[in-house]
Amino acid sequence: MSEAAIPLTREDGSPVFLDLKGKHHPENGTLLGFWLYLMSDCLIFACLFAAYGVLGRSYAAGPSGAELFDLSLVAANTGLLLLSSITYGFAMIAMQARNKGAVLAWLAVTGLLGAGFIGLELYEFAHLIHEGAGPQRSAFLTSFFALVGTHGLHVSFGIVWLLVLMSQVARHGLTGANQRRLFCLSMFWHFLDVVWIGVFTFVYLMGTLP
Amino acid sequence: MSAHDDHSHDHAVGPVHVSLKGYATGFVLSLILTAIPFWLVMAKVIPNSTITALVVLGFAVLQILVHMVYFLHLDAKSEGGWNLLSTIFTVIIVVIMLAGSLWVMHHMNANMMPMSPHEARGLP
Repeated sequence: MSEAAIPLTREDGSPVFLDLKGKHHPENGTLLGFWLYLMSDCLIFACLFAAYGVLGRSYAAGPSGAELFDLSLVAANTGLLLLSSITYGFAMIAMQARNKGAVLAWLAVTGLLGAGFIGLELYEFAHLIHEGAGPQRSAFLTSFFALVGTHGLHVSFGIVWLLVLMSQVARHGLTGANQRRLFCLSMFWHFLDVVWIGVFTFVYLMGTLP
Repeated sequence: MSAHDDHSHDHAVGPVHVSLKGYATGFVLSLILTAIPFWLVMAKVIPNSTITALVVLGFAVLQILVHMVYFLHLDAKSEGGWNLLSTIFTVIIVVIMLAGSLWVMHHMNANMMPMSPHEARGLP
């Protein structure tokens, strides 16, 4: 495999742009592919944020965000999600130290914190709908439920993934494949936390302002 | 342990070496960057709501950067720079989409003919 085996020009003198040595390709395509998925997910959320930004003050004579939102509940929710981020970090550190028991324990704590987040969010939704402020009440509430509900669905599926991964790690140990999966879920989980920063700032805090 | 497991390479597949220090720094920073905007809004520290909104947005941008660096381990070297490149591309698209939607729709709202209550009653 000498350098001369790769022609830099064709017979007619035009250059060859094919990167045959592949030095620009990452070693493990899965993590890059998963990152690209997250970026496309980011676009979904951007659409929902744009819809909320346009419709967020169209109350149709219904209740406004300032009347509906309970910021202490949102603060508790934010705390739960932030805590679950660092507990997932502890799971990654334990994975690096090859400590299977600690990985499972920290994943369980992360899952419980995520379930607490979903529980509080469902409580909030039920409370809003009970007050007559369901998604059909106004354009503001439609876009609110679409945006916050999509984030909640992501967290719910993240918990399902986490449970599946826990059973995989428990059965097969910290194999190379399982480590890769743990890294992917780590990116997914932290990405949801990043989206939540946008939600609590743009929807809850700015929606409460007069 | 099956024979299949023997083939699995046991070295770390992670792109980076995660450390307790990194996660702890990120956690403390994001705790501070979350607490300040909540305090600003809940205690109504700044009377002008436009300024409050801008300050709160600024804290959100800072916290997103903290999460990207300390939790998502994003830097110029991860995955040969492709992670950073795709992120920059996504950020550009998101900014165009958000700013464009808000801008266009605001002007459409502002330029709509006002509707009388009588006309509004006839809508489906």
